Amino acid sequence: MGIISRGFGGRRRESVPGLPPGQYLTHDFPVLSAGPTPRIPLDRWSFTIATETGEKKSWNWAEFTALESADVTVDIHCVTKWSKLGTTWRGVSLDTLLADVETAADYTMVHSFGGYTTNVPMEDLLDGKAWIAYKFDGEDLEPEHGGPARMLIPHLYFWKSAKWVNGLSLMNDDEPGFWEAAGYHMYGDPWLEQRYQGD
Amino acid sequence: MNPLDGNAMAGDLRELFTVDVTAARYTCAGCGHAEAVGALVLWGQDMGRVGRCPHCEDVVLRVVNAPDRVFLDLHGSVRLELPLAGS
Ligand SMILES: [Zn+2]
Repeated sequence: MGIISRGFGGRRRESVPGLPPGQYLTHDFPVLSAGPTPRIPLDRWSFTIATETGEKKSWNWAEFTALESADVTVDIHCVTKWSKLGTTWRGVSLDTLLADVETAADYTMVHSFGGYTTNVPMEDLLDGKAWIAYKFDGEDLEPEHGGPARMLIPHLYFWKSAKWVNGLSLMNDDEPGFWEAAGYHMYGDPWLEQRYQGD
Repeated sequence: MNPLDGNAMAGDLRELFTVDVTAARYTCAGCGHAEAVGALVLWGQDMGRVGRCPHCEDVVLRVVNAPDRVFLDLHGSVRLELPLAGS
């Protein structure tokens, strides 16, 4: 009974400065799915922040897209080893969404339509490090890439940038999300190669 | 992206169990549905295999392959019934 290793190692990859260790450059945008792609009509879309004390704040699509937005150009790094440089997005900063929320929570759980979750420390959402993006490359975000809106946290592995987001719960203690519960790293820093638990 | 069926997951599980799991039966924690592992609807082959219940779409099994380890997550199963060889 040998442990098999999946075939990522055999191919020679383009080596580019600015890539985290173990990553290769791709020019397409691979789609990873842990389930069926949810199709969410905009009149049924909402995003809700629930605090650790049970307070809730929600935005519907019109309210959300009326918030101040930012155009950002960032590099993204997937734990399956592809990286894509200079991707352009438009979205609402988490600083904006969390501005009027009363909380002392140190951790958050991102929730998505379809049931996906991922945990992110609060400080990684603040100070211009995270957005809820609804445009990619100047176009509305396709459902395959997480539309109507997805999380964008480019300094962590891309599984933290949850597709089809619909909420954020604020927590006093860290808890694993969907992939973290199945062996992936709780934090996921690509520069430290934090791919799996214990890395 | 189209899902495969759970027989592909049985290949991963063969690394973990010494019994043939193609015929193993799961019981879904979400809806209580019980069926062969081979009947699971399989998604997410890049980060790991995600086996969803064909009855309620809840996640029943997840297998993540790290270079030096295999993780089997059974959050979505209340039971896995494995046939013993020769019985
Ligand atoms: Zn079920």
